[in-house]
Amino acid sequence: MATTEMGLRKPLGESREDGWRGYRAGRWQKHIDVNDFLGLNLTPYEGDEKFLASPTVGTKKLWEDVLELLKQERVNGGVLDIDTETVSTITSHKPGYIDKALEQIVGLQTDAPLKRSVQPFGGIRMVVDACEAYGYKLPDEIIKMFTDIRKTHNQGVFDAYTGEMKLARKAGIITGLPDAYGRGRIIGDYRRVALYGVDRLIEDKKADLLQLEKDAIDEHVIRAREELSEQIRSLSELKTMAADYGFDISKPAANAKEAVQWLYFAYLAAIKEQNGAAMSLGRVSSFLDVYIERDMKEGTLNEDQAQELIDHLVMKLRLVKFLRTPDYNDLFSGDPTWVTESIGGMGNDGRTRVTRNSFRFLHTLYNLGPAPEPNLTVLWSTRLPEGFKNFCAKVSVDTSSIQYENDDIMRPIYGDDYGIACCVSAMRIGKQMQFFGARANLAKALLYAINGGKDEKLGIQVGPALAPLGGDKLDFAEVMQRYDQMLDWLAKLYMNTLNVIHYMHDKYSYERIEMALHDTEILRTMACGIAGLSVVADSLSAIKHAKVKPIRNEQGLAVDFEIEGEYPQYGNNDARVDDLAVTLTETFMNKLRKHRAYRDALPTMSVLTITSNVVYGKKTGSTPDGRKAGEPFAPGANPMHGRDRKGALASLNSVAKLPYESCLDGISNTFSIIPKALGREADDRVRNLVSLLDGYAAQKGHHLNINVFNREQLMDAMEHPENYPQLTIRVSGYAVNFIKLTREQQLDVINRTFHGSV
Amino acid sequence: MSHTGRIHSLETFGTVDGPGIRFVLFLQGCALQCRYCHNPDSWDTQAGTLRSVDDILGEIEPYIEYYRRSGGGITVTGGEPTLQAPFVAELFRECKERWGLHTALDSSGFCEPSHANALLNVTDLVLLDLKRMDREGHRELTSQPNDRILTFAKHLSDRGSKMWIRRVLVPGWTDGVDELIGLGRFIGQLRGVAKIEVLPYHRMGVYKWQQLGKTYPLEGIMEPSPAEIERAYRLIDQGIHSAAAE
Repeated sequence: MATTEMGLRKPLGESREDGWRGYRAGRWQKHIDVNDFLGLNLTPYEGDEKFLASPTVGTKKLWEDVLELLKQERVNGGVLDIDTETVSTITSHKPGYIDKALEQIVGLQTDAPLKRSVQPFGGIRMVVDACEAYGYKLPDEIIKMFTDIRKTHNQGVFDAYTGEMKLARKAGIITGLPDAYGRGRIIGDYRRVALYGVDRLIEDKKADLLQLEKDAIDEHVIRAREELSEQIRSLSELKTMAADYGFDISKPAANAKEAVQWLYFAYLAAIKEQNGAAMSLGRVSSFLDVYIERDMKEGTLNEDQAQELIDHLVMKLRLVKFLRTPDYNDLFSGDPTWVTESIGGMGNDGRTRVTRNSFRFLHTLYNLGPAPEPNLTVLWSTRLPEGFKNFCAKVSVDTSSIQYENDDIMRPIYGDDYGIACCVSAMRIGKQMQFFGARANLAKALLYAINGGKDEKLGIQVGPALAPLGGDKLDFAEVMQRYDQMLDWLAKLYMNTLNVIHYMHDKYSYERIEMALHDTEILRTMACGIAGLSVVADSLSAIKHAKVKPIRNEQGLAVDFEIEGEYPQYGNNDARVDDLAVTLTETFMNKLRKHRAYRDALPTMSVLTITSNVVYGKKTGSTPDGRKAGEPFAPGANPMHGRDRKGALASLNSVAKLPYESCLDGISNTFSIIPKALGREADDRVRNLVSLLDGYAAQKGHHLNINVFNREQLMDAMEHPENYPQLTIRVSGYAVNFIKLTREQQLDVINRTFHGSV
Repeated sequence: MSHTGRIHSLETFGTVDGPGIRFVLFLQGCALQCRYCHNPDSWDTQAGTLRSVDDILGEIEPYIEYYRRSGGGITVTGGEPTLQAPFVAELFRECKERWGLHTALDSSGFCEPSHANALLNVTDLVLLDLKRMDREGHRELTSQPNDRILTFAKHLSDRGSKMWIRRVLVPGWTDGVDELIGLGRFIGQLRGVAKIEVLPYHRMGVYKWQQLGKTYPLEGIMEPSPAEIERAYRLIDQGIHSAAAE
């Protein structure tokens, strides 16, 4: 490896001048500081979409090939092929191509498109099961290697889990935990590779390593030194991987095509090494615009070519695949990878960060048709240029493929160079990471409070054995007091469980290349989450404002509830119940803050379920709000469907009340509306959707998925999936191919509130 | 003095009854009984909930931001809002005074002009439903003749009210050639018509008839195709031009 590195090296000064020619000088040249570069060199764009170009002949041909491959994958039961022989690392596979002659941007996870790789460092069990589920057999040597010889993250976690943790996991009061696979939700600053070249990044990391030659080499320093060394090694491997494709990426990219390619190689290295739950891209579109603008000025690139580069990059991002079990699919259906790209937003200097390339990224949804990945996320500000706002709304109406997050409430916290990981988790790019913590089931916790810590489904003691609540009517004060105790227990157990998971992930499945593309000193957050918010808010409201009678089984457990009278329901902008939801997020967040998090991470919380609201519902008994055992929860922070009776704005306002300060890891809201209900004519729809997004942002709502659909269309797609290969819908925090959802999840989507359908 | 109104329901995000995003208030009670009505549960003048103007203003206030940004406002519909004209007039006046909201009245026009003047003074736009021009046909369709409605339309025209004229297109009922040209001719004589909307008949309200134990009178009628809608616009246009030529 060392010889290759030497062989590729060129004199530094010269190459940097070439890659940086024409750019405004600044701090970024002396320090790794992409945001400084952006502030000095970005060209904000205030116009409309008229400049955009259609796909080139090459793009069309290539995309047809990809569509055919995707079809074969579907026909083949969800997986086209698996390379079971090779453990995936940055340099594990020979170069792969779709059609080398046509590809402007190259690089695949394995040596062929859609051939999935084996990534056992997170856990071998998951890989064995996944291979088996799709009719493959993992070779015994690999199983033996990752069972007897090389320990995995998964084994480490189960070595350290306490009995209580295992029980909580089994009962599903804490679930979706990344203890059997990669945790993900870390965004490498892939732009650094394009702007600085790999050699400069290695130099900097080596300097940091030198800084760590301290007097006392304690555990903290030892770990830091080992991690830095791993980061440096991974950067060298990144160069090797690129060299295999015929590129020398040791120096800065010299033009737009190189910038896209360098950046993509860096991302590719990350996904070859980690099958993280969410492998997000960051905020690359306006960064790449700087290169495109320069090429255009120099007369070496026209609009067709610029769009082609972006179309080809996005095509690659649509091909990202991981080997996962059908079990995992139950939770997060549709094979999601969360290649989230954050687009737009405002700069701290008051100028917009929207560029022409922001438009080009969204335009891929026309050139290549709608798709769930990359997970296109618009950072919405009421101050965004009108032309961009209108284009976003138009794209939403036409494709239902984008989500919106409120730049006006995030920018003051994260600055103007943050990105979204996964669905709704904001973080400063290259300066902050999170420990993904899935979620705790607060609805089940409420049942534990009523049933003295016994699980209503399993019938066994899981929580602390408090006296169960007796009597014919649930008393609000009594329930609240017990619930508070139960949440104390849950917060502590939850935090401890996450500490175990992330300790072991760092130890056995450290994200070398992603962390190599971070500053050495970073902020870590412990991203906890909650499920069942609307169920609990409505349950507490019912107990407070109506008469709720528990129905107990022979064991004395409340397994159903009778409600007498009406009660205010979350989703109608009614303070009597919305305040309960607000208090719940504040209370639980404060309880989490009481506990020490691994690596001194800052505890945060999300209200996000993705599609797991269906599975959570399945695992939870009847609740005092009238929801029956097994019925799905509402997704994310949404009101329960059918309970928001005052129309869309009342529903949005209820959700917007949830305080972002208590839910810094994001508050997901999914909004579905039939096209007719957005307005009679196309222009009306665009204008009304822009106003809706502006209004929601002004009310401090955090996140909004926008779906514009007729229910009949979805029902038809259930019956005739072959007619809808690219039908994309937004679910809590991501988008899916509708036809890839399980039938249960499809029904859940269809049953949810569609605003405007009478 | 605060009036109370008999309320059927409300919708915070209306986009099809007037410009922009609108607060839509559905009032209870109607004098017509249109065969295609999708809200037959709003006919009964004794049903619904009594609520004060202040109460309704409280429902609107949280969403002012959305209505303003979109160039929207408030629309009162029904049922028939002119049956509760004093209540609606006070509501509109307050909406204008407090927030400068645009006000729209969605009416069948089945109303004595003299009863509506105070209301019309605070109404920016009237969405006027001209269901059928033929007198007998109108009676058959809605249970009442249309003389009053046509008089009301002329009254609006005379006083300079801004109007959107709407026609629900029910195949076999309201889409005859003479009927549509006749509608156009009538519109051609009115001042202040800013827009004409041909709304396709839909069957989404059928379940409400069933819930009320009523027989749905338009069983078997299909929703019109986009081509039929376009044809209707053409015929109406033709009528307007012939009126202008006269």
